[in-house]
Amino acid sequence: MRTHSWLFPLLLVAFVGCSKSGGEGSGPSAVTLLNVSYDPTRELYVDVNAAFSKHWEATHQQKVTIKQSHGGSGKQARAVIDGLDADVVTLALAYDVDMLADKASLIPEGWQKRLANNSAPYTSTIVFVVRKGNPKGIRDWDDLVRDGVSVITPNPKTSGGARWNYLAAWGHALRKPGGTEQSARAFVESLFRHVPVLDSGARGATTTFAERGLGDVLIAWENEAFLLTDEVGKERFEIVVPSTSIVAEPPVTVVDRNVDKRGTRAVAEAYLQFLYSEEGQRLVAKHHYRPRSEEVAQKDGARFPKLALFTIDEVFGGWRKAQSAHFDDGGVFDSIYVPQAR
Amino acid sequence: MATHARRHVLPGFKLSLGFTWTYVGLLVLIPLSSLFLKTFSLTWPQFWETVTAPRALAAYRLSFGASFVAALANVVFGLLVAWVLVRYRFPGRSFVESLVDLPFALPTAVAGLTLTTLFSSKGWYGQHLEALGFKVAYSSVGVAVALTFIGLPFVVRTVQPVLEDIDADVEEAAATLGATPTQTFTRVLFPAILPALLSGFTLAFARALGEYGSVVFISGNMPLRTEIVPLLIVTKLEQYDYAGATAIAVVMLVASFLLLLIVNVLQRWSHRRLEARPGA
Repeated sequence: MRTHSWLFPLLLVAFVGCSKSGGEGSGPSAVTLLNVSYDPTRELYVDVNAAFSKHWEATHQQKVTIKQSHGGSGKQARAVIDGLDADVVTLALAYDVDMLADKASLIPEGWQKRLANNSAPYTSTIVFVVRKGNPKGIRDWDDLVRDGVSVITPNPKTSGGARWNYLAAWGHALRKPGGTEQSARAFVESLFRHVPVLDSGARGATTTFAERGLGDVLIAWENEAFLLTDEVGKERFEIVVPSTSIVAEPPVTVVDRNVDKRGTRAVAEAYLQFLYSEEGQRLVAKHHYRPRSEEVAQKDGARFPKLALFTIDEVFGGWRKAQSAHFDDGGVFDSIYVPQAR
Repeated sequence: MATHARRHVLPGFKLSLGFTWTYVGLLVLIPLSSLFLKTFSLTWPQFWETVTAPRALAAYRLSFGASFVAALANVVFGLLVAWVLVRYRFPGRSFVESLVDLPFALPTAVAGLTLTTLFSSKGWYGQHLEALGFKVAYSSVGVAVALTFIGLPFVVRTVQPVLEDIDADVEEAAATLGATPTQTFTRVLFPAILPALLSGFTLAFARALGEYGSVVFISGNMPLRTEIVPLLIVTKLEQYDYAGATAIAVVMLVASFLLLLIVNVLQRWSHRRLEARPGA
C-alpha cells in the first residue's frame, strides 16, 4: 500500500491538468464577448448589449452574446491583469486601464489615442446632491467648507469615483482667480474636514447620504445623481450643479492580448465603435451619461446643464501624474489626513 | 486505550496522510507561501517602512484591539447564551437556537449594512445612544460591535456541547458537599468549560481579525482612526501596490499565527490541568 500516499496528489494534478485543455467552443456562427466594467454602468450596458447584438446580427449574420462583469473599477482592472479574459474593458478612470499596459502588457501604451475623444465615448461630471429645498443653501464648491456643512464623499484611496470628486474640488480651487497649488491644497484639506465618513465606494456613500440621512451634501457623478433623484426620490433630493467641475471620462478599450487569443478583435472593436454611433449615444444619454455627439446632446440639453468644465489633462497633466501626486502612499491625500489624527 | 491505538475505523493511514498533506498544501500552504514570495520584491527597508507606517500601526492597533474586545465580549455573553440554551426550556428556545447561527450564514456585507443603519446617528439605536453621548457607528466602538456580531456563534457553539455533557448531578453533588453556588461555578463548572471557552475565544478572535465586509460599512474608514488592516490592504491594491499589500498581509499572517499558537498552548495547558484534577 506504499504507493497510495503519492497516488492521490498525482491524480489530482492529472485532473486539474485535463480540465484546462477543454473549452473554446464558440464557432463562427456565434461569438461571445466579455465586457469588464465598473459598478454604475450595469444598466447602461444591458441596453447597449441588446442593441449591439441586434445590429451585429443584422450586418454580419452572426450571433453575439456579451457577458458583463461589474465591480469597483480598480478591482475589475486587477481581475483582468490577473487573467480574467476580458475582450473589452470599460472602466471608471484611465489610470486603471493604464495598469493593464504597465502591469501585464495586455494593451499598448498609447491605447487612449485609439478611439475618438480620449477613448471615452461618454462623459459625466461631478455635481452635488442636497436634501429637498437645499436647507443649507449650497450653490457652489465654496459652500461645502462653510461651518456646519457636512459633506459625504467616498475614500479616494479605495474608490476610483471618489478620485474624480477630489480632483474636481482641487481643480475648482486652483482655477479660481488667485488660485495656487497652496490654496487648492488648503481648500481640499478643509473640505475633507467636513467629511464625517469615508465610505469605501461610491454606492456606499450614496447609501450613507440617502438611506442613513447623514451629511448635508453628497458629491457624486452626475449620472449617479440623476439616478438617485429620479429613482429614489425627486421629493427628497435636489441636484446642485456647481459653477465649475471636472469632465469625468470613463475610458473604454479592447484588450489586445485577449481578443487576439480568442479571435474576437473585429467584433470587440465594432462593439466599442457602436458606443460612438447615434444609437449608442442615445442609450448613453438615456442612462444619464453626457454623450459626445453634439446632436444627441442638443436633444437632451435640458438635462445636462452647461457649466465650466476642465479635463484632468489640462489641470493635472493626466491620470498617472494625478495618481502619483495625490493618491499614492505619501501623496497629498495622505498628508492632508495624517496631521489631524492622533 | 493505548492498546487499541492501531485499530482505525477508516483504513489506510498513509492514504489519509497523503490526502491531508495534499489538501492542506494546495489550499493553505501554497497560497500562503506565494504571499511571502510576493513581498520579496521589496527590499528590507522598504518592507519595514511599509509595515511600520503610522497608518499601518494604527490599523493593527484597531484590528487587534477591536477583535480582542469583541472576542472577550463574546466569551462572556456567548457563555450566558449557551448556558440558558442548555439549562432551560422556554417558549421560543429552538427559535433562539437557530438565530445564534445566523451571523455564520449572513453575508457579512448585509450584516454591516444592517448594523450601520441601526447605529448611525439617525438609526433606531444610534439616535438614542448619541443622545447619551455614545458614538457607535463610524467609531472604533462600531468596529467592535460588528466584530462581536460575527463572532457570537463561535463561542456559543463550542461551549454548548461541553455544557450539555456536564450533568446537573455534578452541581447537586457539589451542593451536597456544602459548596456555595459561587464555589460550584468557579471550582466545578468553570474549569470544565474553560478549554471550550478558550477555543471559542480563539475562533471568534481569528474570525474578527480577517473580517472585512461588515466593518467597512460601520467603521467610516477614517485613516488612522477607524481604518482596519484588511481595508488598508485593499487600499494598497487600489494603487496596484501588490508588494505593499502583501507586506501588510504577511504581518497579519505572522501575528495571527503566533496568537493562535499561544492560545493553542494555553488551551492544551488548561486541558491537561483539567485531566490532572483528582476525580476528573
